[in-house]
Amino acid sequence: MSRETVVKTHPLDPLLRADRLPHIWCPGCGLGSIMSCLSNAIASSAIPPEKHVIVSGIGCTGRVAGYMKLDSFHTTHGRALPFATGLKMANPELEVTVVSGDGDLFAIGGNHFIHAARRNIDLNVICVNNFNYGMTGGQAGPTTPVGSRTTTTPQGAKEPTFNLPLLASTLGAVYVARWTSLHVRQLEKAMSRVMQKDGFAFIEVLSPCPIGFGKSNDIGDGLAEMSMYRENGVIPIEPDLTQAAIDMKHDSSIMLGNFVDIERPALGVRQ
Amino acid sequence: MTTATAAANVLTGQHFMNGDLACAEGALAAGCTFFAGYPITPSTEIAERLARRLPEIGGTYIQMEDELASMACILGASWTGVKSMTATSGPGFTLMMENIGLGMMTETPCVVVDVQRGGPSTGLPTLVSQADVMQAKWGSHGDYEPIAYAPSSPQEMFDYTIKAFNAAELYRLPVFVLADETVGHMTERVTIPEPAELVLADRRRPIAPPDDGWLPYGVGDDLVPAMVRAGDGYAIHVTGLTHDERGYPVVDAQVHERMVRRISRKIQIHAPQICEYEKIMTDDANVVVIAYGATARAARSAVMAAREKGIRAGMLRLITVWPFPAGVIKELANVVRRFVVAEINLGQVSREVERYTRRPVNWINHAGGTMITPEAILRGIMQVKP
Amino acid sequence: MSYTSYRRPIDLNDVRVPRGQVYVIPERCKGCRFCIEFCPEDVLVESDGMNAKGYHFPVVAEGKEDACVNCRFCRLVCPEFAIYTEEIR
Repeated sequence: MSRETVVKTHPLDPLLRADRLPHIWCPGCGLGSIMSCLSNAIASSAIPPEKHVIVSGIGCTGRVAGYMKLDSFHTTHGRALPFATGLKMANPELEVTVVSGDGDLFAIGGNHFIHAARRNIDLNVICVNNFNYGMTGGQAGPTTPVGSRTTTTPQGAKEPTFNLPLLASTLGAVYVARWTSLHVRQLEKAMSRVMQKDGFAFIEVLSPCPIGFGKSNDIGDGLAEMSMYRENGVIPIEPDLTQAAIDMKHDSSIMLGNFVDIERPALGVRQ
Repeated sequence: MTTATAAANVLTGQHFMNGDLACAEGALAAGCTFFAGYPITPSTEIAERLARRLPEIGGTYIQMEDELASMACILGASWTGVKSMTATSGPGFTLMMENIGLGMMTETPCVVVDVQRGGPSTGLPTLVSQADVMQAKWGSHGDYEPIAYAPSSPQEMFDYTIKAFNAAELYRLPVFVLADETVGHMTERVTIPEPAELVLADRRRPIAPPDDGWLPYGVGDDLVPAMVRAGDGYAIHVTGLTHDERGYPVVDAQVHERMVRRISRKIQIHAPQICEYEKIMTDDANVVVIAYGATARAARSAVMAAREKGIRAGMLRLITVWPFPAGVIKELANVVRRFVVAEINLGQVSREVERYTRRPVNWINHAGGTMITPEAILRGIMQVKP
Repeated sequence: MSYTSYRRPIDLNDVRVPRGQVYVIPERCKGCRFCIEFCPEDVLVESDGMNAKGYHFPVVAEGKEDACVNCRFCRLVCPEFAIYTEEIR
């Protein structure tokens, strides 16, 4: 048979602002993989593309909105959720997906996260966790594992971190999952599932940030971190989310899976 | 919207209500169907009224976790095509500044009501102030030209809330109603007209169907882009980053210059239509009192008292504090000898007036907590001999 | 619930293994190697030549011309939307 065929366009280009590619993300970053899963999930969704809306905050992940050829809103740092709340409450026909980073959603936007989850507003929330602030050059954040070296923790991070699936489930999110930018099949399925859910649905996606985090923390480049996800990823049959914290050490497991899938009265639901 | 619902949003008739309630009714009459807010004295009555009234007309009331969220929420709502609003006081207005900047940058119509109280910080929660004038102008970082109305009565709270919505829709920006505790809590007669008598504006929508050629931030002579609704298939990108006519982020000083100039110019070129003020007995005046909001009521009494004493006093009442009516002050400066500016802050508008005249400006003010009395303003006027 | 309760062996005689054709957009590649490293059939290797940005993009390895099973993993994992496969029927 033939070898590879060189082409100029990709089947997902209609969902992308292809004129803006290549994107700004570094080689080895997992954000593009996650955007690929999201694009595939939207392409296979029963909801037409014009009703899909992407809302992002600020940071590397915040740039996802700008690359998707949908109604897309790149808002202020931390405020993607309240902005999305306005969109969804004013027009429940929209399928609103928030894609933002760990710092955006859980540091500067942490208060909005807990309240959006409490309200159970019908949003899909995808948090790309790369364990640091990548856009600003690799500073520590609320998910930076203890001991990690970042530009603002030169002696090693000392603060305890958030366990995001546990936090989201405790707040009453109707769907909680954690995957990585390597677990693309499971991630695509989870994204498809949250688009069917009524209520606050949350997916944490671990993603390499080789420049900001991996290289200074004995992980290496993006490929090495992806391999670490493959080696250390564990999908428990009966997950105990209290054990879901991540330390990104080579000898520690990373708990993955679809953890929560429940029903609860929600706001902003399509009638 | 059906006729029955349309009628339900306009409480036609004579009412005895306070300024906060009149503001809420003005919003409903203007077609507002979305309110997001956070309780704060002395604006809370606006939220309370809308929490009851909006569900009656099929609208949405949502109480957010703070003012950062409230402001972000009404911007999001606005992009679905609804008229949205929030109401707050100085401390909340400060928190809103972040997303007011986003609203200015993304040109998102909405209305922000600030019922001013004493500051800085928590200050005097239940007592009057007018010290947010410059916050309204410069509160968010970067350059932009705001529109701010300063109503002087419950009736004007109704009327100018409608005008604020109209300006927001016509010029695509967050528009401020810069009320104060006195006007917000003052109860007077408010006349709400028949729905047909209301003059309402709606944002311009693109005529062209969705295709790759339409420019979300392309403009004509009026410098105001047409606005789509999320879900209409235009696949727009909206960002707080400096963006080009496509809405795409661009790191380029020239694009930035063009964009920031335009969002300022679109207000400056319409300033003659936007600016509102009231001149009282200024024709023969040699001293003119400048006041706005609740203070204008005391100023009017002082001017009348001065006239009774034979002093040729007049008054300029600012209705829009932004855009600032510089032209009328320059005109008056040609004929009057002196200005008296009365305001409940330490000289925010006084300083602005001084930028446009070489005539002496007498600052009559205090930091907040009480009204400025007509007597205090009269003493200011009396420094000028008739 | 245990996985064993619904796991069933498959009969290779009944299963038709799909065949895939690899499509590449070389100019989009940033050389992360995700597709090469994680292809379950080891179909891909780095190109000898480089794209305009200096990255070695993926190509089908010699001897692997018939090896792609159209599993779509490369399409999903590629961060650059630079590779996909289609089934050959």
